[in-house]
Amino acid sequence: MKPILAPESIDLIALAPVLVLSVFAMGVLVLDLWAGKNKTLVMFVSLVGLLMTAISAFAKNPIPAFAFTDSYIVDHLSLFFTCIFTLSSGMAILLSEDYNEREGIKVGEYYALILLCTVGMIVLASSTDMIMIFLGIEIVSICLYVLAGFKRDDPVSNEAALKYFLLGAFATGFLLYGMTLVYGSTGSTNLFKIADFVKTEGAQSNPLLLMGIVLLVIGLGFKVAAVPFHMWAPDVYQGSPTPVTAFMSVGPKAAAFAAFFRVFTEAIPEMAPSWEILLCVIAVLSMFVGNLGAIMQTNIKRMLAFSSISHAGYLLIAVIAKSSLAGSALLFYLLAYSFTTFGAFGIVILLGRKGQENLEIENYSGLAYKHPILALSMTVFLLSLGGLPPFAGFVAKFYIFSAAMEEGFVTLVIIAVLNSAISFYYYLKVVVFMYMKEPTGEFQISLTPMTLFVVIIGIIGTIELGIFPDSIIALTSIP
Amino acid sequence: MFLTLITFLPIIGAILLAFFPKENEGAIKQTALAVAAADFLLSLLLWTNFDNSTHKMQYGLNIPWIESWGINYHIGLDGISLLLYVMTTFLTMLCIIASWEVKKHIREYMMAMLALSTGMLGVFISLDLFMFYVFWEFQLVPMYIIVGVWGGPRRIYAAVKFFIYTAVGSLLMLVAIIWIYFHIKQTTGVATADILFITEHISAPLDTQKWLWLAFFLAFAIKVPMFPFHTWLPDAHVEAPTAGSVILAGVLLKMGTYGFLRFNLPFFPQASYDFMPFIAWLSIIGIVYGALVSMVQEDLKKLVAYSSVSHLGFVMLGIFALNEYGIQGALIQNINHGISTGALFLLVGVIYDRRHTRLIKEFGGLSKQMPIYAVCFMIVALSSIGLPGMNGFVGEFLILLGIFQVNGLWAACATSGVILAACYILWMFQRVMFLELKNPKNMKLKDMNMRELITIVPLLILIFWIGLYPKPFMKTFDASVNNLVSKVSPDNFRPKQDHNAGEHHASLITKTELAKLNAQLKTSHN
Repeated sequence: MKPILAPESIDLIALAPVLVLSVFAMGVLVLDLWAGKNKTLVMFVSLVGLLMTAISAFAKNPIPAFAFTDSYIVDHLSLFFTCIFTLSSGMAILLSEDYNEREGIKVGEYYALILLCTVGMIVLASSTDMIMIFLGIEIVSICLYVLAGFKRDDPVSNEAALKYFLLGAFATGFLLYGMTLVYGSTGSTNLFKIADFVKTEGAQSNPLLLMGIVLLVIGLGFKVAAVPFHMWAPDVYQGSPTPVTAFMSVGPKAAAFAAFFRVFTEAIPEMAPSWEILLCVIAVLSMFVGNLGAIMQTNIKRMLAFSSISHAGYLLIAVIAKSSLAGSALLFYLLAYSFTTFGAFGIVILLGRKGQENLEIENYSGLAYKHPILALSMTVFLLSLGGLPPFAGFVAKFYIFSAAMEEGFVTLVIIAVLNSAISFYYYLKVVVFMYMKEPTGEFQISLTPMTLFVVIIGIIGTIELGIFPDSIIALTSIP
Repeated sequence: MFLTLITFLPIIGAILLAFFPKENEGAIKQTALAVAAADFLLSLLLWTNFDNSTHKMQYGLNIPWIESWGINYHIGLDGISLLLYVMTTFLTMLCIIASWEVKKHIREYMMAMLALSTGMLGVFISLDLFMFYVFWEFQLVPMYIIVGVWGGPRRIYAAVKFFIYTAVGSLLMLVAIIWIYFHIKQTTGVATADILFITEHISAPLDTQKWLWLAFFLAFAIKVPMFPFHTWLPDAHVEAPTAGSVILAGVLLKMGTYGFLRFNLPFFPQASYDFMPFIAWLSIIGIVYGALVSMVQEDLKKLVAYSSVSHLGFVMLGIFALNEYGIQGALIQNINHGISTGALFLLVGVIYDRRHTRLIKEFGGLSKQMPIYAVCFMIVALSSIGLPGMNGFVGEFLILLGIFQVNGLWAACATSGVILAACYILWMFQRVMFLELKNPKNMKLKDMNMRELITIVPLLILIFWIGLYPKPFMKTFDASVNNLVSKVSPDNFRPKQDHNAGEHHASLITKTELAKLNAQLKTSHN
């Protein structure tokens, strides 16, 4: 048995963002007791907390820095991911304000849960130890199980939460089993030690280790909703409250990808030949199932759920390419994706009203002539998701495809671009309804300020990253 | 900077229009027209100040855009793009006049039109592959909206087909672009997507060259459209509003032929040469097939649409003659097709506005009721056939001259297209304009009004101008064509082919050449 921890490896500064955010999350819980029905103050404090977290993430200098006996790292990747997480959680909270009021969700724990979930995401992106990764995933998942079922009196929301919980728990089992197998065959849970072991001992074809990796792929694949572990996604996305759906499809997914990237590129890059093909199959399947599935949908939330499955496929390409360029591409893609997705969900929320959420694509008929700016924004978001220049989605896809091309995955890139073409079909379907059909009913849109604010941030981000991506690309570049 | 201004002026106008109240239709239309006219006049300045004696890029601007990737905002015009550029601004202006009577959502219409203009202009000036691709894809959106919102009954189907069809081709081109980017980075150590730099330094092995060539080919062949990738075109043309068809035929299709001249030929001369028979036969099939299908069309617009397939087959044939006559002919025929087919679409639009049908059998004897219209139609129809003295003749003659030098059989097959063109155009003309004025609905048709004449007359002037005195047009691209031919002409790159054939062989040649050179040097010294 090792002693508990060498004091010098306890590094609270490295852990600053996690600590700050945890304190705020608990503070929000307490504050909620006094805040009464009006949750604006709670929301405001949560936002301040997120801002402080983002700032405190930069406290550790120089990077990369390790802490807690090499199980926690502050490096370029984790820093940037922390920024993405705080940004996306902030947008989710802004989206929730008006939505919750409309739908009568008046519980302050909501905000605390989002903050705690963010804590989990930061842990996940900064871990270099399997145990820590597992901790992070559990924190994130448990918060999400609750958030998905937050509309307690809505059976669909309940179904979503239950389904997510059961399948999620099952997948966690796989993940944990995979970790134990890897631990059993390499003798360590630390990613770097595993890498060393694989390199020096030549354990590339150790069946126990291979089995462990397959189980890891299943567990992580479930968390990022990659095919064939995607079954939960459409139902959960559809059933959850819309801001939670937006949150779920960005933040936790990004966090899971951070872990995915770390495990596969840092712990077992030596074994790439064995897992490459497996991930290739999963990526290709995700793209096809996601895109073809989305074509059939009539509900916009389900459509975006399937589209997010296909985006998981594109993102897996970055994991497969596993170069530092791929890491940068992953960061850029997720940032672009969060701006675009939150913008799109913002408009989905704006279009709904109490008792009638207007989630069918048909409800968008003729939007362009009643609310031209909203329709134009939605068009920008959808085309950006499809990867059309000059929007963020295009630069992001270009980035990922470049990374894959550099490593020689030409066929994979060709499959991916063909999928982009398929995806245009369903993204354009919404545009068709907005611009080319006559309105079926009256739009009663109240332009609630917070939601509108998120849409504006989304538009600015989507266009800025599309037309002047240079500064962000420079930031994402992993040295 | 001037070129940037002209390119982005329309989209600035479009953004401006967004702030107009939508009830104020007059102001919206006038502003749109003012922007388009200003843009056209400014682009004329580009033409008058253009230096015809060089193939170098003019009005160039090269500033970093995405520095981390070595991607620049690099623009410029040369002989190949200048006329297309001016034609774009010109047709945009005419189209805005032609759309004066659009009733539905006029503000959005004008915004889409102006945004489209910027997209197209951007394609012609881009000298960076990344930037080119951005514009290339971007212009799909306004065109898609124009077809889908203001089009005919099957407009949504046509618009989506147009979008997806073109997107598939261009996405594969994107893969090729990324490949080239890394290839250049590896071989020269410079991370860049600069077209001029790539033209000089690309040296892919022949097999890869062929794959890349095919990726670019697919993108451009769909756009042109070449047989068998033409199926989106009739749908899009028939469903698009008049102005949409004019832009589609006049400019969008030219982006495909422009792509061949800017990328396929100079990047991959060897592959282009190897694929020459393949392209030639596809073009010939396109020429004959387009003409035959035109002949049996009942819808006027569909007839003109298929005639485009035929005409563009000529252009492609000219380009792949890979000699001066052919490419010059192709370039001038690009312009001619824009003018003649654009005018045909405008004229079809004139009677469609009056009768809301385009079926040939609904008409007959219109020349009695609408004499001015009949005259204009006659001139345009004859120019489309390629009657000497009119623009079509100059282009087709040069193309046939060029291709004849390569292969007499191809020239003979292509010539049959000219004859077939006479058949379908004249037969259509006869059925619409002559015969008896039987249909009572046609008895009270009004002749063309002033606005319609304003859109047609400039095109008629150009038809005769190019037909009788093409020199001002031809001389703009002389230098550029010479330079291009010097790169791609089979005679000029053959040594390279030997170089690729095998290292041993290649080194032998260089040794003997060296010996020869040495010998020459010695004799000259003595």
